[in-house]
Amino acid sequence: MTTHTTPYKPPAAGAPPKGGAPAVRRPRRGRSVSPARRSGWTPWLYLLPALVLLAGLLVYPIYQLGLISFLEYTQAQVSGGEPTTFKGFGNYTALFNDSQFWQVLLATVVFAASCVLATLFVGCALAVLLTRIRALPRLALMMAALGAWATPAITGSTVWVFLFDPDFGPVNKVLGLGDFSWTYGRYSAFALVLLEVLWCSFPFVMVTVYAGIRAIPTEVLEAASLDGASQWRIWRAITAPMLRPILVVVTIQSIIWDFKVFTQIYVMTNGGGIAGQNLVLNVYAYQKAFASSQYSLGSAIGVVMLVILLAVTLVYLRLVRRQGEEL
Amino acid sequence: MKLSARIAAPVAALVLAGLTATACAPQTSDTSAQGDEKTGTLRVWLFQEVGNKPKEKVVDAAVDAFEKSHEGAEVEIEYIPVDTRAQRIKAAFNDPKSAPDLIEYGNTDTAGYVKDGGLADVTEEFGAWDEARDTDPIAKQSVTVDGKVYGAPFFVGVRALYYRTDVFEDLGIDAPKSQAELISTAKKIHRAKPDLYGLAVGGAYTYGAMPFIWAHGGELAGESGGTYTSGINSEKSRKGIEAYTSLFGDDNCPPAKCASMGGNATVTAFASGKAAMAIGGDFSHAAVEAGAVKGKYAVVPLPGVAEGSIAPAFAGGNNIGVLKSTAHRTLAVDLMKSLTGKKTQAEMFDAMGFLPTYTDVLDNAAKKQPFVAPFVQTLSAGAKFVPTSPAWGQIDASLVLPTMFQEIVSGRKDVARASDDAAEKMNAAFAAAG
Repeated sequence: MTTHTTPYKPPAAGAPPKGGAPAVRRPRRGRSVSPARRSGWTPWLYLLPALVLLAGLLVYPIYQLGLISFLEYTQAQVSGGEPTTFKGFGNYTALFNDSQFWQVLLATVVFAASCVLATLFVGCALAVLLTRIRALPRLALMMAALGAWATPAITGSTVWVFLFDPDFGPVNKVLGLGDFSWTYGRYSAFALVLLEVLWCSFPFVMVTVYAGIRAIPTEVLEAASLDGASQWRIWRAITAPMLRPILVVVTIQSIIWDFKVFTQIYVMTNGGGIAGQNLVLNVYAYQKAFASSQYSLGSAIGVVMLVILLAVTLVYLRLVRRQGEEL
Repeated sequence: MKLSARIAAPVAALVLAGLTATACAPQTSDTSAQGDEKTGTLRVWLFQEVGNKPKEKVVDAAVDAFEKSHEGAEVEIEYIPVDTRAQRIKAAFNDPKSAPDLIEYGNTDTAGYVKDGGLADVTEEFGAWDEARDTDPIAKQSVTVDGKVYGAPFFVGVRALYYRTDVFEDLGIDAPKSQAELISTAKKIHRAKPDLYGLAVGGAYTYGAMPFIWAHGGELAGESGGTYTSGINSEKSRKGIEAYTSLFGDDNCPPAKCASMGGNATVTAFASGKAAMAIGGDFSHAAVEAGAVKGKYAVVPLPGVAEGSIAPAFAGGNNIGVLKSTAHRTLAVDLMKSLTGKKTQAEMFDAMGFLPTYTDVLDNAAKKQPFVAPFVQTLSAGAKFVPTSPAWGQIDASLVLPTMFQEIVSGRKDVARASDDAAEKMNAAFAAAG
């Protein structure tokens, strides 16, 4: 996160009109530390603690995940009832031949995409709204959003299920839906979960985008309007490009979060819905890996998810880059 | 670029070295026995029940007697929450050093735990134990895998039909005597009292649905030569599935609400007065007594297909087993005997209402407490058990049967297709389990 905030710092740091001083100092330092070697080493030295931490906390688990996905590794192997054997791509073929996996994958992609779009739209709209309203309503909106953000996913899901309960829920009473069961139909159940996901993830988008809008120097906007730019042109030529790094972070975060939704589905549809109609990849992996102790198959699902998410993120980053060059 | 490459190489080498040094393969535990000491501390994990005090008293008495007769032996009992038992017990298998010597476990887990290599084979000791001769055969089946015994039955639990005496009197009807009558009675009640489910059923209530399948002569799976084949899509099983799923509908239990219900939800519906009938266990008695229907209900065995017959019930219950990794095998087996012996089970029945696994103790219990009579009747009419294959745990956990029932009652698939699909999944699990 912190790395992504740097792109819009330079204008602020460069704003003080003391540009001359560093320009004078820089060459002097360059001369005194003659070989370029040292300046090449130092960043790595500074990065070392973080790299070690990342290797331990990220690379090693992923390595284990990959390793287990090539083995026959169930509870019997963990507790020593049977020897661990190498299965090659056995887990992957089993997974790819399972028709349920493809259904779940499709449902996950569609569901995550709808969640991301809805979250971004609502988050951005409310961020713009925040800049246009007075202090008191802004405070109220902020508090409400932060409340939703701070609510643990389990609590939020449970409360939502209760609100939409066919027998006791207030929502059905207000809407006059009688004893309509939201979790019975596939799409109404997904819609309900989408609403909950939206509710607990829009605050992040809203707060971040709002901060971004506030960080745009008013001088730039003023200058543009003095030059006679229209509101739309200001948005296109100034606001949007300056917000781009923030929007990129927010979109990638949302994709990753919504692709990995677990708690909401697990709690609200009772572990995947009627006859597994609301399963998403993460809940499916949990069922395979932990509920039925097929750790190796669960790892294979994990690897597939990792690859998909990496691919989506890379493709998206490239797209954004290319757009940036065109603009 | 060159510089970063020069740095990257040693860093990568370092990381690789670290990885190879720490672990190349995922961990596997050694659960084999560590000797057989005749003194020391025995650790026992029992399930924490709702209202656990009476259970603790009975266990403490048995433990005191055990410690007196075994010089130098001490017993430490820990009560573990039922909800997280699966993780706890898996963890115990994974880490034999901190594992207990004895555990209480649900009897459907026996085959899985044996495959995991967690439970010790006590066939010899069980065979030589005089009290074990009176063990109910179906209870003995629940500790037996491939002809070997892996523990001692602690108690059994069976389900029967709870019904509302006031509603039945009101409508001038009697408790149903056959399955057809059960279904017609349920619909009749719902017609007369639309805010009551006639018979509360659940799409995820596997153990409430099984009696319907068994009553028609169907089987979950058949065994031949050590391998199991699913029988869920046989003609007879399908008749039972049809009978059970016919109870889902606007004329009894609307699928929008009932498809997702499990056993507890149906019993809760009955206890809170939302259902005229429900299939509940002897262990549900306390929950129903605590509900709104106290004093307004009675229990009869769940009727079978023929008039006056009893549908075979699922023989649930718990066992106590010795862990393979114990360092005090002889002591642990002795403690298992005293915890599951006739005396303890008789006291446990008085304290908790758990049905004893010995036929003679069970008969005595029924004489003392009339409410267990229908459950004892159900047991003696012949209860049944799930396939004793390690695959069962996986079939249960991956919700094969609930999925089948839910597909049928929500109209996604017909009985034939849903049961074929379920059979395919079961066979895949049986094949994988070997």
